Amino acid sequence: MANEVCFRTLEKSEAPWKIDEYRKLGGYEMLEKIIREQTPPDEIIEQVKISNLRGRGGAGFPTGLKWSFINRTTPEEKYVVCNSDEGEPGTFKDRDILRYNPHQLIEGMIICGYVIGGVAGYNYIRGEFVEPTRRFEAALEEARAAGYLGRNILGSGWDFDLHTHLGAGAYICGEETALLESIEGKKGQPRFKPPFPAQFGLFGKPTVINNTESFASVPMILSEGGEWFRDIGVENSGGPKLFSVSGNVNRPGNFEVPLGTPFSELLDMAGGMRDGRKLKAVIPGGSSAPVIPGDIMMDLNMDYDSIQNAGSMLGSGAVIVMDDTNCMVKVLDRISYFYYEESCGQCTPCREGTGWMHRVIHRIETGKGKPEDLDLLVDVAAKIAGRTICALGDAAALPVASFIQHYRDEFQYHIDHKKCMV
Amino acid sequence: MAVDKNTLFNEEIRAEIDSWIAKYPADWKQSACMPALTIVQESNGGWLTSELMDDVAAYLDMPPIAVYEVATFYSMYEHKPVGRHKICLCTNVSCLINNCDSIYEHLKNKLGIGFGEVTGDGRFSLKEVECLGACGGAPMMQIGDKYYENLTPEIVDSILEELD
Ligand SMILES: Cc1cc2nc3c(=O)[nH]c(=O)nc-3n(C[C@H](O)[C@H](O)[C@H](O)COP(=O)(O)O)c2cc1C
Ligand code: SF4
Ligand code: FES
Repeated sequence: MANEVCFRTLEKSEAPWKIDEYRKLGGYEMLEKIIREQTPPDEIIEQVKISNLRGRGGAGFPTGLKWSFINRTTPEEKYVVCNSDEGEPGTFKDRDILRYNPHQLIEGMIICGYVIGGVAGYNYIRGEFVEPTRRFEAALEEARAAGYLGRNILGSGWDFDLHTHLGAGAYICGEETALLESIEGKKGQPRFKPPFPAQFGLFGKPTVINNTESFASVPMILSEGGEWFRDIGVENSGGPKLFSVSGNVNRPGNFEVPLGTPFSELLDMAGGMRDGRKLKAVIPGGSSAPVIPGDIMMDLNMDYDSIQNAGSMLGSGAVIVMDDTNCMVKVLDRISYFYYEESCGQCTPCREGTGWMHRVIHRIETGKGKPEDLDLLVDVAAKIAGRTICALGDAAALPVASFIQHYRDEFQYHIDHKKCMV
Repeated sequence: MAVDKNTLFNEEIRAEIDSWIAKYPADWKQSACMPALTIVQESNGGWLTSELMDDVAAYLDMPPIAVYEVATFYSMYEHKPVGRHKICLCTNVSCLINNCDSIYEHLKNKLGIGFGEVTGDGRFSLKEVECLGACGGAPMMQIGDKYYENLTPEIVDSILEELD
């Protein structure tokens, strides 16, 4: 069972991004039905809750519950925001939704707008995605022409429009409140929470913010039913999920498979290890997720609980596969540089700690490590985690702790012999 | 004294910025700051000057400092001249695993410049970037609007030959 939700149209059409093709495959039927029958919003939220859809952007928060936090009765404007910033290293799935199935995302966002009584929505797309943005904007034009967006949608009296907002190169803008600041024309620095976006979101108004894949899953949840979606996955992990598999595999790419699929099967789909080499390590959920040694990974299933029980996170579903030619010190050196570069600088533990960690790892990598460095690193990492405004601090600390935990001998070798053991 | 906004930029650019302003609530004109910076940067050969940033501030009724803050926070805004073709090479983890180092070495040898530099004829500049969300095609780079994936030194050569 593959390609059932976000990728369901990909093999059934030559040009699934066009509205006529999407409609031929049942697209927009759900939206039309909801508007025609004026389905009570609570019924829609109920189906999304039953589906066990958990946010696909990284944190895995239940989507139905998030939507229920909006107070529909306030007279304030309410907004829908989609997170297509896709900056978590290893992740490249939302780009394909934008390129190949933009209408399903649009339909999901309009349905969310209907549920909360929204006035408008924004899709925040990372600035480098120029070509995917053109696709998405062309789809918006088609949806507007068809009466699904704009004034008096399908004669219902409800006005709702969608726009894009482009990022300009800042990983932190994937964090939801930094993203909202960015749409407001400011530096992307995360806000203190609470208040949460459901109360104080975009332009200070109640806002639902979800990932691209989360929104694009909604039309199928409603047309096939929450239980259908839930039963594709396993307990606590409803539905299929897109996994972006990259690294030392023969056929890297995106695979939409049921949550709970064994990692070994996913690896087979990606063509197995390149050159028949040995699997050394896997980062299962984007570079913020702790690394898992290959032999442990081969026995795990790809769902939220299994990966969490193994000490890591499913995150955005970015699966980075490494073979035995990789030096773990070098990989961590690059990862720690990324967080140091991308820290927004608001909190001292994150701003200073990411710099410290990177400098120490880099000196180990370049043969200048000191005997006390490993304990120092573990100590600095522990002092960042949980002491910052946003989760970037944790995201920087967790990989460091896990790389040293699992590959301490490699780091030690670098320090003792001033060179790599791989 | 307030500037006459019709003297800023040119008509085409003003119309383009206006189309962005129209997407946001009437009292949130500053939301158009990022798109406006992108548009004027593009019109100036790929980089921003303080005059341009000041003009964006005037056009959007923002304090200049607010525009500088935005323009220096995001990595896609440039504050020094760049090449006619800005080559952005990803060196993040999936690209690292797929040997982006060899692509960088090749570009360095071929163009005679490193990251952050521009060729003498102004044709190319090189920039190191973070993950561009195309790790399935690692190693990869972006030039202008386009992504180039699954790079080898030979593929890089043929891509660069196509550019003016
Ligand atoms: C540093 C950081 C970067 C993030 N980057 C992204 C991102 O690129 N895309 C995304 O959807 N969520 C990202 N998130 C998660 C968002 O904050 C938020 O949880 C998500 O957009 C909510 O949508 P969901 O519930 O549908 O996943 C990031 C979080 C942090 C802390
Ligand atoms: S944890 Fe880091 S990135 Fe997040 S708000 Fe603090 S300084 Fe900024
Ligand atoms: S790591 Fe290079 S594109 Fe993602």
